[in-house]
Amino acid sequence: MILAATVNGQAVRLDVEPQELLLDVLRERLGLTGAKRSCDVQVCGTCTVLADGQPISSCCTLAVDADGRELTTIEGFASQPEFAAIEEAFTRQVASQCGFCTPGMVLTVGSLLGQGRIEPGEEGARRAVEGNICRCTGYRAILDAVRELAER
Amino acid sequence: MTGATATRTGAVGRSVTRVDSAVKLRGEARYVGDMSVPGMLHGRVLRSDRPSARIVDIDASAAKSMGGVVCVLTGDDLADIDPYYGHAIRDRPIIALDRVRFAGEPVAAVAARTAADADAALLAIRVRYDDRPAATTLEAALAPGATLVHEGAVRGGSFHGLGDLPESEGNVCYTYGFATGDIEAVFAAADVVVEGEYRFPSAYQYSMETHAVIASVDGEGITMWANCQHPFLVRAEMAAVFGEPVSRVRIIVPFLGGGFGSKSYTRMEPLTIALARKAGRPVRIVNSVAESMLTSRQHAMTARMRTAASLDGRLLAREVTCSFDTGAYADNGPRVVATAGDSAPGPYRWEATSVRADCVYTHTSPAGSYRSFGAVHLQWVGELQVDEIARRCGLDPLRVRTGNLLRPGEEVRPGGKPLDADLVGDVERVAEAIGWNGPREPWVGRGVTVGVLAAGARPVSLASARMESDGSVVVLVGTTEVGQGARTVFAQIAAEVLGMDPSDVRVRQTDTAYTPYDRSTGASRSTTVAGLAVMRAAEDLLARLADISGGPPEPGEYGELIRRHFGFDGGELVGHGEVHPEGSGSYAEGPVFWEICVGAAEIEVDPETGVVVVRSTATCADVGRAMNPLFIERQDEGATLQGIGTAVFEELRYPDGLLANDTLLDYRVPTVRDVPARMSCLIVENEDGPGPFGAKGMGEGGLAASSSSIVTALADAGVPVNELPLTPERVWRRIQALRRQSQEETP
Repeated sequence: MILAATVNGQAVRLDVEPQELLLDVLRERLGLTGAKRSCDVQVCGTCTVLADGQPISSCCTLAVDADGRELTTIEGFASQPEFAAIEEAFTRQVASQCGFCTPGMVLTVGSLLGQGRIEPGEEGARRAVEGNICRCTGYRAILDAVRELAER
Repeated sequence: MTGATATRTGAVGRSVTRVDSAVKLRGEARYVGDMSVPGMLHGRVLRSDRPSARIVDIDASAAKSMGGVVCVLTGDDLADIDPYYGHAIRDRPIIALDRVRFAGEPVAAVAARTAADADAALLAIRVRYDDRPAATTLEAALAPGATLVHEGAVRGGSFHGLGDLPESEGNVCYTYGFATGDIEAVFAAADVVVEGEYRFPSAYQYSMETHAVIASVDGEGITMWANCQHPFLVRAEMAAVFGEPVSRVRIIVPFLGGGFGSKSYTRMEPLTIALARKAGRPVRIVNSVAESMLTSRQHAMTARMRTAASLDGRLLAREVTCSFDTGAYADNGPRVVATAGDSAPGPYRWEATSVRADCVYTHTSPAGSYRSFGAVHLQWVGELQVDEIARRCGLDPLRVRTGNLLRPGEEVRPGGKPLDADLVGDVERVAEAIGWNGPREPWVGRGVTVGVLAAGARPVSLASARMESDGSVVVLVGTTEVGQGARTVFAQIAAEVLGMDPSDVRVRQTDTAYTPYDRSTGASRSTTVAGLAVMRAAEDLLARLADISGGPPEPGEYGELIRRHFGFDGGELVGHGEVHPEGSGSYAEGPVFWEICVGAAEIEVDPETGVVVVRSTATCADVGRAMNPLFIERQDEGATLQGIGTAVFEELRYPDGLLANDTLLDYRVPTVRDVPARMSCLIVENEDGPGPFGAKGMGEGGLAASSSSIVTALADAGVPVNELPLTPERVWRRIQALRRQSQEETP
């Protein structure tokens, strides 16, 4: 089947199997390894990419379902202007340790911030990242970074 | 040791940002699963679906002829080598030979052009089993006449470090113990004796990156890209198993997506090598989460403990017997059991102690290391008993602790390193942080717990510091960057010695072909032991700079000195640093330092639902000297959340020996919703550590401390529970039982 989509601003046209997952196509065919595989069941959020600006779990999305959509992975998002503030806040708060959850975390926060959908305060920050697991930081650093970003 | 030093720059002690922050935030950090090498095949593993069976026959003929399949590996392919490995006990075949000992044991492996081809081939392999009796729980494995998981003599592995291995007895593969004083006499004369039986479940470390290896076997020898915490130990073990000199085994370690012990020692490396050897091409194996759960897990434990005290709150004696479920292969079980034994009495001034800890084989997946092992198993048990003594004596639990805690310089265990920390000060700090003396509400409890953990492992680390002709520095050191921030801290240490800015120092990833030896990444040893090697390498480099300058060199002129020395634009100076044991390095003389496990928690329990909410926690990083204070706080916050998971809900369940909750849908790890409203991570700096600038390690203690304090806080709220995790159902049932009990007592 043909997958025709925009990936990080570039038109992509691929012949994919009907059962192929978007995560595998991004990682294995397009070499975009920023999205990571972990839980495989849409719990951990480390495979997060943006489809038309909204965070989705690429481990549970068929590649063909991305047909016609505008996809952004961390590789693309990192060159967008809104990345700089997130990078600065996450770095200063040490919100990334092993880094495996980080691309998914950054894309989720970036998408919601861009839509003005993170309420200021602790609860807003928690709601923003409740679909992303981090096993290293205990989340405090991430919450501190997200709160700062939302309250700016 | 103090060598040459340049002007201190304050590089150490400052919360500089992570050197790897940008690559991680931008998705540029490469992990093994992100990598491929030319000609690489994809490996997939067929695993046993039953806990104990003889293999009658494996028919892979159909699989071998499927599209894209290059080869299928089974036990028959290993006839030319001694196919057993295991650093403590050499008891594990690379792939099942004639029998399977746990559900999930590799039985066959496929190498194919794509992962999908390999997956399809697995479905075409037919295995005929003859089921055998299985002992899938500690009770079954320890019962008289239990079926044996292993028969025959115990063979020590290359790195057991356990002295003479005793003969195994039944399913007990290792026993650790010690005794001091006249335990029976002290118990007989004591005013108060508290005793109980306790159960601790097995948890999964869940480093988000699963185990992954690329292996290549060719004329160069064995080359691997592997996410291992202990690449130098794996290298030596693989050299021995595959009959290569150590110099022909090379392991390259990129970033790791967490470890927490799950990637310590040898994991998927031997199977990947064996598959690549047969395929004649490089092979990559990347586990699924379910497979990684079967590759390493925490030890489950049962314990009996009793503690004697006087009515005025003096702790007198403690006796512990405990059994650890190490699964079908010993893995790191003997070390876990020994460390648990050392942690078992708790750091108090006892008149008598008796400890016996058994490592037990069962027909379940192997258990290895998980952060804070040993302490996390037994600290909550001992501290529940201290609280019960305080309650019976009508004393403040905090005062019972401060009155009995060991003081610096006192013996922790017979013959080992004396205590090197101010426990009384530490425990008072954490108690204050959670408002220990504040008013108490109903169904709210506070707990404070103290423990120590033998840390540092074997202190063997080397490092080199290489200065380029422009004055920039590259540090080569074998610590794996698992997320702990070692590369940043090592840059700080080298910069401090050389009077430079940490950003002018690059710390490279490990490649055993070039990186000097480091024993391992674990046991909170990297800053203390490997960091000391880095410090010595930088000092050695500084001494060489002084040699060529003929006087104390100025940081601004380093590059010029080197260029002048070589009379050329190129050239470099190399400093070497080495750390080795002061004594024999034996476990008995250790540890390198005692890691402190001191914490406090306030919890609230809903008596109608049994739901426990952790409201406030405090942990204490007693680090001697903080290299990077913010890193320490952030790491202890992570340990605290793992402690909450351990205490409240994490548990691998093995009905009939089959892992039932092998996805994150039914194995729950802490999410952002589990973060306590208040988390205090305190740092204590008494410059009493053996590491650089008086540092000592941290990062594990917070897990044992937070989980134990949650359990004792629940007891303080009126609900003592002797089995973890503290699930709503278990807590609710306990509350109902206590209510019935109190109704019966007061008719």
